[in-house]
Amino acid sequence: MSTTTYAGVEVRLNDEGFFEDPTVWTRDMAVEMAAADGILELTPQHWTVLDFMRKEFFEKGTGPTVRVLGKNSGVDVKALYQLFPKGPAKMAARLAGIPKPKGCI
Amino acid sequence: MSFRAEGTEPITKVSIIISKGSLEGIYPGLIMANGARAEGMEANLFFTFFGLDAIHKQRIEHIKVATVGNPAMHIPTLLGGLPGMSAIATHMMNKKMGDLDIPSIPEFIEMIGDTGAGMYACKASVDMFDMTKDDFVEQVQDIITVGDFYDLAAGGQIIFT
Repeated sequence: MSTTTYAGVEVRLNDEGFFEDPTVWTRDMAVEMAAADGILELTPQHWTVLDFMRKEFFEKGTGPTVRVLGKNSGVDVKALYQLFPKGPAKMAARLAGIPKPKGCI
Repeated sequence: MSFRAEGTEPITKVSIIISKGSLEGIYPGLIMANGARAEGMEANLFFTFFGLDAIHKQRIEHIKVATVGNPAMHIPTLLGGLPGMSAIATHMMNKKMGDLDIPSIPEFIEMIGDTGAGMYACKASVDMFDMTKDDFVEQVQDIITVGDFYDLAAGGQIIFT
């Protein structure tokens, strides 16, 4: 576990860089994290995915896989890989401040 | 938590060979390729021998579980050989996977194409089965030789299924 500062707030991260406490996340933090990952601007499509991930996580206790994102988020699989080139589920979950989604597909 | 041992580098690229044409022979390679892309790795799929059925326009719709010569089916071999057994086992397995929201093989191939993974058919097998590129689903980029495959696989891990 480590701590870092996003948008002026100290945040605890696990050893893979995911938030320990998803409730401390703010949109400003996502913007800052995305920039560090090479996403210079979070587009409305990015936000659609991030908002969907948080909603699913708080409803179901785990974030969605790429399959679920592609079916239910309103952004298709092809676009997901363009928006989050480093692996949509993992990268989007990290930017959304939730744990790495569990699931194989 | 991460299972990756400290001091080891993450895998960044995989090339997966699918050589079997049964349901249980095809799914693992597809799941591994899709999972690799989801983790941000580069992934290539290479279909050879009966594995070509997984990308064959018509046969992709009719992939079945092998009920003969498979002790893990837990049915006597003679029963497994009865007409319709493979269809029944396939139906049951597809239903279970559908309940778990695992995509069917045609849907999975389409999805993996959308992830940007490469898909290739083995030239020797294609020639042997008298097939052409027209026989394959659109996600298949090319028919390639074993040498081409090793070139494609350079810098990554190779997995044979």
